Amino acid sequence: MNKGVRAGPGWTSGLEDDVFLRVFKPMNKVFTDALSALHDLQDGTTLMLGGFGLCGIPEHCISALVQKGTRNLTCISNNAGVDDFGLGLLLQNRQIRKMIASYVGENAEFERQLLSGELEVELIPQGTLATRCLAAGYGMPAIFTPAGYGTEVAEGKETRVFGDKTYLLETAFDADYALVKAWKGDRLGNLVFRATSRNFNPLMAMAGKITVAEVEELVEPGALDPDHIHVPGIYVHRIFVGTNYEKRIEQRTVRARS
Amino acid sequence: MLDKNGIARTIARELRDGYYVNLGIGIPTLVANFIPNGMEVQLQSENGLLGMGPFPWEGEEDPDLINAGKQTITTLPGSVFFDSAMSFGMIRAGKVDLTVLGAMEVSQKGDIANWKIPQKRVKGMGGAMDLVASADNIIVAMMHVNKAGESKILKKCTLPLTGVGCVKKVVTELAVLEITPKGFKLLERAPGVSVETIKKATLGKLIIEGEIPEMAFD
Repeated sequence: MNKGVRAGPGWTSGLEDDVFLRVFKPMNKVFTDALSALHDLQDGTTLMLGGFGLCGIPEHCISALVQKGTRNLTCISNNAGVDDFGLGLLLQNRQIRKMIASYVGENAEFERQLLSGELEVELIPQGTLATRCLAAGYGMPAIFTPAGYGTEVAEGKETRVFGDKTYLLETAFDADYALVKAWKGDRLGNLVFRATSRNFNPLMAMAGKITVAEVEELVEPGALDPDHIHVPGIYVHRIFVGTNYEKRIEQRTVRARS
Repeated sequence: MLDKNGIARTIARELRDGYYVNLGIGIPTLVANFIPNGMEVQLQSENGLLGMGPFPWEGEEDPDLINAGKQTITTLPGSVFFDSAMSFGMIRAGKVDLTVLGAMEVSQKGDIANWKIPQKRVKGMGGAMDLVASADNIIVAMMHVNKAGESKILKKCTLPLTGVGCVKKVVTELAVLEITPKGFKLLERAPGVSVETIKKATLGKLIIEGEIPEMAFD
């Protein structure tokens, strides 16, 4: 039925197809944890990871990748975490071969690996990053954007003039897995996000060949208002509940009470 | 001479009732502190929020609620969340009325460089390239000279560009400059700053027509 079901928790290889369908609901995409949801993720994979800074990152998927020790990863993510959290953990372990991001200023280890040539890096405009995800999820091979025209981002890229403006042709991302973090979800894979932790998560969820969503709360189908679902479950292959989210704050800024 | 807040206050004079405004990191963020009383301005944060509120009270920080500078913030009545594609959709479609951002260099053609110092500092462009490529009304807030005392207001940028021919105005600690086809037109001097001082600090072509007034605030 879908890529996630048969490899799900509890499945034993001895079951015939009809038994499988009687025992397991075909639309049950629920896995027990990050490790089981990412069990088939191999070295050399291209991944998308949601989040903006440390806000809305798939913490548990990242931890599982650290635990698995998967190497030679290509990671598409707006940022690269900080030295000791988020994607910074994978960088420390040298698990990332190539990084595609828009802003990496919060991670000293990243900058060191980049300047020393250990890490391959493609820096692209944030809107281009978002829209290349969008294109993938909408089944469109490419987009035109004015971002980066006249800069080194445009080098080697096809351009086209519409009206009085020049646009760059940018292709849709082609990622093996998308790892996203949502607030709530159900076993059908329907997802709802909270506040600005939404950011790239729904776009990447729609763009992955295999999309793995970690959620704070797994609810029964029907509990989410159909009008308020951000990503329809058709885009999501695997889902699990993450516990004890750290949700680290990068820049704690407050008004002092007088 | 203006301090950072003075630069922000100067730029705040460009705000108009009903404007949607995107403020970059650094001095631009301070512009929010000078929105005139009674004026309704909605701040767009490109990580997915329209209607950005002030920083939270101590103890009320929400890790799911940050601005593009990754600072904890709050919402206001009428605030909206959206994903990053829609955020840059509204930017690209020209819905944002005013964009204020910082820069390392600006050229007299309106080119801007603010994302990379080769072999030294590579932080990335974030949303800056999208903003400068699409926004009509772009104001740069920055210091006139760098820490080494060299002008950042140039004939031609030396650093990798963020965008070409896009900056409309530059506000520094010394002056307000408008980018015109002929070069940087000096519009105003900061309090106590002479035209001579501005000339010395500017490497790009400076156009001085008539008496240059000192900045006035309401």
